[in-house]
Amino acid sequence: MAFLVLPLAGLLIRAPWPTLAQRLAEPQVLEALRLSLVTATVATLVCLLLGVPLAWLLARVTFPGRRLVRALITVPLVLPPVVGGVALLLVLGRRGLIGQWLEATFGISLPFTTAGVVLAEAFVAMPFLVISVEGALHATDLRLEEAAATLGASRWVIFRRVTLPLVAPGIVAGAVLCWARALGEFGATITFAGNFPGRTQTMPLAVYLALETEPEAAIVLSILLLAVSVIILASLRDRWVTSP
Amino acid sequence: MSLHAHLVVARPPFHLDIDLTVAAGQVVALLGPNGAGKTTALRALAGLTGLSDGHITLDDGPLHTLAAERRPIGMVFQDYLLFPHLSALDNVAFGLRCHGASRSDARRRASAWLERVGLAEHARARPRQLSGGQAQRVALARALAVEPRLLLLDEPLAALDARTRLDIRAQLRRHLADFDGATVLVTHDPLEAMVLADRLIVIENGAVVQQGTPTEVARRPRTDYVARLVGLNLHRGIAADRQVKVEEVLFNVAEHLSGPAFVAFSPAAVALYRTRPDGSPRNLWQGRIQGIERHGDNVRVHLDGPITASADITPAALADLDLTPGQQIWAAVKATETHAYPA
Amino acid sequence: MFRRVSRWAAGLPLAVALTAGLTGCGSSDQATPAASSSSGAATALTVFAAASLTETFTELGKTFEAAHPGTSVKFNFSSSATLAQQITQGAPADVFAAASPATMKTVTDASLATAPTTFVRNKLQIAVPADNPAKVNALKDLADPKVKVALCAEQVPCGSAAVKALNAAGLKVTPVTYEQDVKATLTKVELGEVDAALVYTTDVLTAGDKVKGLAFPEADKAINDYPIAALSKTPVPDLAKQFVDLVLSAQGRDVLTKAGFQAP
Repeated sequence: MAFLVLPLAGLLIRAPWPTLAQRLAEPQVLEALRLSLVTATVATLVCLLLGVPLAWLLARVTFPGRRLVRALITVPLVLPPVVGGVALLLVLGRRGLIGQWLEATFGISLPFTTAGVVLAEAFVAMPFLVISVEGALHATDLRLEEAAATLGASRWVIFRRVTLPLVAPGIVAGAVLCWARALGEFGATITFAGNFPGRTQTMPLAVYLALETEPEAAIVLSILLLAVSVIILASLRDRWVTSP
Repeated sequence: MSLHAHLVVARPPFHLDIDLTVAAGQVVALLGPNGAGKTTALRALAGLTGLSDGHITLDDGPLHTLAAERRPIGMVFQDYLLFPHLSALDNVAFGLRCHGASRSDARRRASAWLERVGLAEHARARPRQLSGGQAQRVALARALAVEPRLLLLDEPLAALDARTRLDIRAQLRRHLADFDGATVLVTHDPLEAMVLADRLIVIENGAVVQQGTPTEVARRPRTDYVARLVGLNLHRGIAADRQVKVEEVLFNVAEHLSGPAFVAFSPAAVALYRTRPDGSPRNLWQGRIQGIERHGDNVRVHLDGPITASADITPAALADLDLTPGQQIWAAVKATETHAYPA
Repeated sequence: MFRRVSRWAAGLPLAVALTAGLTGCGSSDQATPAASSSSGAATALTVFAAASLTETFTELGKTFEAAHPGTSVKFNFSSSATLAQQITQGAPADVFAAASPATMKTVTDASLATAPTTFVRNKLQIAVPADNPAKVNALKDLADPKVKVALCAEQVPCGSAAVKALNAAGLKVTPVTYEQDVKATLTKVELGEVDAALVYTTDVLTAGDKVKGLAFPEADKAINDYPIAALSKTPVPDLAKQFVDLVLSAQGRDVLTKAGFQAP
């Protein structure tokens, strides 16, 4: 516990409290914070949209290569995020395998855009969601789904009215982890989406650059990021834990 | 309404192959030891386990071609499998909603069902707030609410404690009497089968070994398993005239038979003697005491020798005879208390 | 692999800042024995050097080890600002070679070094992908909104140099990204994600065939001085001084100019 709390205490002790308010009021800071919250939330939604069906597939359907897919899903966890960013560039960059075609066909270019930030964050955060949801799916009694089938529920109805509510705590936990990971994402984001204030400069990027010249500003930014995420996570947790 | 089924499920080394016929309004119990294939048969009827071969016909229409959710069935599982995230009412309403009822209609009908099973005041309770007996009744209401034509009960009383079981069994019996579709009940408890079912089908190792009314099965067991269930000594021998020869023991019986035959008799009909009794050598043999145990108010003595058998004697008789395991003893059965039938 | 350096560096300053903040300790955890320096006993010399010096200093380190048997030279290559941070927070360094006077000043202001010497200078070039897809020929082409440009963030030396050069030319350039260091900026060019970037001549050389460098006159207004100094708290002052001397020697200068640096 101390191991987790002490670094935080260090930040708080070193914070330049007198100038805090003034530093926080800087438009760049608020812009980075807003961008961080928006992209992390959108990235979490993307992960939910793609990750929940994927987790279901992994937990409920036997198909050749399932083990491989499961192993591949953990790749973003193992990969240094900057390498993940380079990998994304190689695929979705201007000269990337798919990026080239995207730009030629639709005129869409993902690097250096806010969408690119979302993509990089989703890439890195996705495993947290998939692993959490798959675990929850494995923990539910399959026979409840069978019971639903004997009552006339189709696969979709079973998924929506039985499976989904049963794994809801797992999905929420996964989404929270996913969101937190996306919020703190640095390496893949700066590599794939670059760093431009208001467009792709999220809080972690701002913190990193501030460290270069103004460590005090970096501490302020870190505290702000921490405070906002702790408040959001704490309020979420309460809501989900207290509901029956 | 009636069910005809030939169920073949091959999952080596296990192999299930049984025929099953249930008339409308009839309750058939599948009885058998653990691992005999009863639950597999039930799951095959429900569509939860695929058939390797055979067919299922309900009211002249094929059932085995339909997916589980399209079969007009209701199923009560051994541990009920109520949806933990739904109230008792919504559990019962679940199937109705799946069958196209509107939310309000489903709730209205579900609440009528809860009232029928005496749980109107628990409509809003979550499954984990219900006692075992209450959960069982919600599960029954949930299965019956969709007005199935085939009701499947998998060990419906097994998870209950002895006192609740008696009560719930009586209620279940009433609901089954009201139900006009076919019912298949899986159980390993002979008493449950006898009380609830119109007909018993005994399954051992994936095959039917005996079927009939509870009375027939109880009077004329055809396997050691059934004999043990109904508490009879059962022996197979060769009949000629009014005698059945089992090993070297000759039984006098009331029936005229010839060829392979079974002889059944109650342990209470066996008398034990330290010395060879006088008179007819029929129905008399010498055996060795293998074990002695309490059995209700009496004492049950297990014998081996030319034939194995159990004898029930009073504790007083046990004291008089001064019996100990390993001892040689004479056993006799009155002819009027044996029952013989063709094998 | 060069990516790992910057990622690692991202976490380090904070960690260092935190441990220093909590324990208030200095550089006492260094493994270097306080024994006499050049006497052949196994000693280590730790050099903190700007990332742009990675290749040249590694080579000079080998030269130094060959000339001083029993001494091993360890490097910590990162952005100068990060290194300066680490040194002021008590990181165990014997020599600091920075890519800008400003970052060196952080260290001298903290009285951790005195009298730094400028050993090389580095000039900016326009880096373009080998096939130069946007047909960039001069600095003014970067102002074209159709040309995707990557610049270093202003907080790092190559970024402030770029601002100086662009101001000198009277140009307003809106890049698509402000990268966290010069190597990251160059990577964007190598991968063809941007059409042009302003990076150091030395970096263009290390990138090889994938990147073409274009010199431009305004670069002279934004020349970057690289100061080097032995740190005052070093337990091996003689070794540290000898390393600085090697860098300043004709041999050292030879290695550095071959890599694209200019003599001061």
